[in-house]
Amino acid sequence: MDQLLYASEVFINGLMTGVMYSLVALGFVLIYKASGVFNYAQGVMALFAALTLVGIMNGQVPFAHLINAMFGTHLDKFGWTVPAVLAIVLTAGVMVLLAILIEKLVLKHLVGQEPIILFMATIGLAYFLEGLGDVMWGADIKTLDVGLPQGISDTVEQLTDSWFGYGFFIDRLDIWATIIAALLVTALVAFAQYTKQGRAMRAVADDHQAALSVGISLQFIWIMVWSIAGFVALVAGIMWGTKSGVQFSLSLIALKALPVLMLGGFTSIPGAIVGGLIIGVGEKMFEFWIGPMVGGATENWFAYVLALIFLVFRPQGLFGERIIERV
Amino acid sequence: MFYREAGDFKTSYRDDGQTFPIALDRWGYYAIVAVAALVVPFVINDYWASAILLPFLIYAIASIGLNILVGYAGQVSLGTGGFMAVGAYSVYKLMTAFPEISIIAHILLAGGMTALVGMAFGLPSLRIKGFYLAVATLAAQFFLVWLFNKVPWFYNNSASGQINAPERTVLGWAVTGPAATPAAKYLVCLAFVVFAAWIARNLTRGMFGRKWMAIRDMDIAAEIIGVNPLTAKLSAFGVSSFFVGIAGALLFAVYLGAAEVTEAFGINKSFLVLFMVIIGGLGSIFGSFAGAAFLVVLPVFLKNLLVGTFGWPTDLAAHFELMIVGALIIFFLIVEPHGLARLWRLVKEKLRLWPFPH
Amino acid sequence: MKLKFASLVAGAVMAAAPAMADLIVPNLSYRTGPYGANGTQYADGFNDYFTLLNERDGGIGGEKIQVPECETAYNTEKGVECYEATKEGALVFNPLSTGITYQLIPKVSVDKKVLYTPGYGRTSAKDGAVFEWVFNAPANYWDGASVAIKYLLDQNGGDLNGKKVALVYHNSAYGKEPIRTLQELGKKHGFTLTEIPVEAPGQEQKSQWLQIRRDKPDYVLMWGWGVMNQVAIQEAANIRFPMENFIGIWWAGSELDVLPAGDGANGYKSLTFNGVGMDYPLYDDLKTHVIDPGKASQGGEHVGSAVYSRGMYAAVVIAEAIRKAQELSGTSAISPEQLRDGFEQLDITPERLVEIGLPDFGPEIKLSCANHGGSGMARLQQWDAAAKKWNLITEFTEPDAEVLAPLIAEDAAAYTAENNITPRACD
Repeated sequence: MDQLLYASEVFINGLMTGVMYSLVALGFVLIYKASGVFNYAQGVMALFAALTLVGIMNGQVPFAHLINAMFGTHLDKFGWTVPAVLAIVLTAGVMVLLAILIEKLVLKHLVGQEPIILFMATIGLAYFLEGLGDVMWGADIKTLDVGLPQGISDTVEQLTDSWFGYGFFIDRLDIWATIIAALLVTALVAFAQYTKQGRAMRAVADDHQAALSVGISLQFIWIMVWSIAGFVALVAGIMWGTKSGVQFSLSLIALKALPVLMLGGFTSIPGAIVGGLIIGVGEKMFEFWIGPMVGGATENWFAYVLALIFLVFRPQGLFGERIIERV
Repeated sequence: MFYREAGDFKTSYRDDGQTFPIALDRWGYYAIVAVAALVVPFVINDYWASAILLPFLIYAIASIGLNILVGYAGQVSLGTGGFMAVGAYSVYKLMTAFPEISIIAHILLAGGMTALVGMAFGLPSLRIKGFYLAVATLAAQFFLVWLFNKVPWFYNNSASGQINAPERTVLGWAVTGPAATPAAKYLVCLAFVVFAAWIARNLTRGMFGRKWMAIRDMDIAAEIIGVNPLTAKLSAFGVSSFFVGIAGALLFAVYLGAAEVTEAFGINKSFLVLFMVIIGGLGSIFGSFAGAAFLVVLPVFLKNLLVGTFGWPTDLAAHFELMIVGALIIFFLIVEPHGLARLWRLVKEKLRLWPFPH
Repeated sequence: MKLKFASLVAGAVMAAAPAMADLIVPNLSYRTGPYGANGTQYADGFNDYFTLLNERDGGIGGEKIQVPECETAYNTEKGVECYEATKEGALVFNPLSTGITYQLIPKVSVDKKVLYTPGYGRTSAKDGAVFEWVFNAPANYWDGASVAIKYLLDQNGGDLNGKKVALVYHNSAYGKEPIRTLQELGKKHGFTLTEIPVEAPGQEQKSQWLQIRRDKPDYVLMWGWGVMNQVAIQEAANIRFPMENFIGIWWAGSELDVLPAGDGANGYKSLTFNGVGMDYPLYDDLKTHVIDPGKASQGGEHVGSAVYSRGMYAAVVIAEAIRKAQELSGTSAISPEQLRDGFEQLDITPERLVEIGLPDFGPEIKLSCANHGGSGMARLQQWDAAAKKWNLITEFTEPDAEVLAPLIAEDAAAYTAENNITPRACD
């Protein structure tokens, strides 16, 4: 009985973790769907967005370290702080600007290239953004607090305690992440289904050539998609950054999203969510049951192996578009 | 004017099909090999060996290996770091278990071991394609690293889990361990590079190479004209992993001398070698060298330029180094999406016609 | 094109060669990458102390000290590059990375350079007969594990029978270091040890902390590094694990590790082998000679932090060893061999620390030919989240040599057997 309770606790926490993975995976899916680009820089974008957010909130002087090194000044902070909501809006603006720059300077010149070339370009982008983020805001670990609660949820603990005699642990941040993820996905789906731009975006995703021929501006759609992905990166950055502080390792969460993508399919938004949940639950359950027998720390590879097993049966992922091959 | 085919007559098919059909290229190649083998060992010092030449040669082997898989056979793999770890740990186990056998044999055996592991992890490629395969190979990467970290047998139960290369000699010269001279280490790596490039070149223009390229260009069509995808894909994984394993073995035994699997063979290695292959040029042996040079030499060069010459603080220099490398990757892709190898080919085309292009 | 590029490279490399002069103590630092935040503070402390000596005293024994810095990004290959780039004329290396240390141990014995690895690196380097060129005073990981257990013994009236201790560790060579020691100590004192590995980088530790919440160990020890520390402390706060029963190794004891968790981190303890805070007379000199004239490394924003202090402490020990070497050899421009002798005769007494201006900043260090690791003493500090500062809560405590000595002998013997070394005679 105890084992069952523990297992269900692990199960629920796995679901919650899965939501956090999905948040990162969403950004990949959006860009891949609309432009066929596998955006390796998505993780670094999350880091960059979170760094910018903290920088704006704390009133840091951008490029302070560079300016100080060049001119021998002692710039550090402007001396004001910006409320979280305003800072998020401003950061979203920065991400839009970034999207425009990426389109103008990189993607525009690579229209019609093979996917692997575009993938490579995003690697270059990742290098560049990583350096830029550090030069702009410094390599310190920054505390991010936008007012999201953290820690065990007492309500859940007391409730489950009165039901089962064992209080479940659920992190309040995870509950918030779930709510925010649900809102985000609803908004994205509504946007894609009911707005003109959203429909144009889906048209581009289906067929670039056809979309162009009916007068949809590819350029605009790409900027839009990259902006949305930048915003998703910001949300992911806030969630993960709240937990661990904003620091370089934030860019590595992309690695957590890759098995989710494989499993859910690169082209499906519901796939990113369901994939995230399956990976989250799968790796937590495996670590719980099998982990102790093989020495633990299995989570990193188990997610990939799980996705691999799925793929052998469904090579396009759970929700991916069917691959039809013709000669 | 000097670089041309005119006057260079071929009298047999053999001559016509050779790797360097243009005399100047051929002589250039011989000259480079001669300088590399006969002059460099006498002028090499610790810094040049450890900072530039050894990593360049070793990564060149790894990218030749990965290029066979990605560039010729079209199977994108991100398991390189894990396969290098297989090479490194195989050579470590062999070195310590059979100290009387030559290290060269151990390194080749480590390559063979890696080939077997690579083929096993290549099996899913029969079902999974494209980026899905790339991500699937990450399973190999993470699983292998975890395995080497977890099972004490692989690191001979040492307290810390680090592996250390004991001293081994070739013809009386120490090539591993602290007493090895830079020249000896360099020559061993050079020999393996020449060997790898020679094998790879001849495989890729023979039956195997044609099968791989057929699979790459369109696997269903290839199957219809009688290429067996099972043997073609698995042989690509095997040959590729063989070279990658040799690179891993050299990286650990000759270059680093000590390694810890999570740090030395992590996911970053997989990405790094893939970047080399793509930047250098897919499906080109020369491209493998160019890519390795680009990503090994450029950061060192930038670091020395920014810190040494301009006197920047090291952290700013490191950040700018990232930005410059990133910007250069994008720049090269925009100028020439098919890598440095294609740029080189274009330069040669131009040279052939120079100075009268019309 | 090739030629031009090669000559450019050659030019840049030439330019990088350090000018020969003075005493050269390279700083192989990392200010970028996953561990850059910690590396920056350490490097700043290390630089600033030598700057202070140069500015205030004109160096050591009249010789200026040069501290060329080289960025390793905590990457072993870059570390090797940095070592080769800076070794010309260098006296001693302090790479602040266990991986790079393992790389350099065989190299320094051939190149005859001193390798000083305070609080990290290879533990059995304490055995000076085997590791002639490596010093790891004042304390190593096994000392740390033993001191932590000793502290727990004190807390429990000398009896840990039946207690449960969990070790949360970075799943790498570094994190695995204390396991053997803790197992042996468990046998001796009767506590059970649960090992809980966290795969690097460690942003996701939910299953680990759910396990701790379920098993309810009495104490949790942590060998963490980088983002793993912040997440672990946050998760411990999330499950309401009593923070005063949560003890980290010294590398999990900086402000950076506890600040992101806010008030939740209050009461968290960590080991340390150096003092923290600004209440030392040396900081007055540092302010006059280094910070105010604007000569502090990177603007001096981290002065007084735990990791900054540790970097400064490493510099203090190196400076004392240089002083000792000058005294022994009678020359001010010492060689690495003389510095090694200086390290082996090193005797940093509490009185000497008072003279330096850092009373009770570190343990007493007395080294010899056979003992390169000192006494292994460490102490505990506790985080006060309201005041945002660390408080020292114990005196320096000696580790349990009875348990450690055979382990060190065993590991050193393994190294000699593996590498065919004959230990030198130490008497």
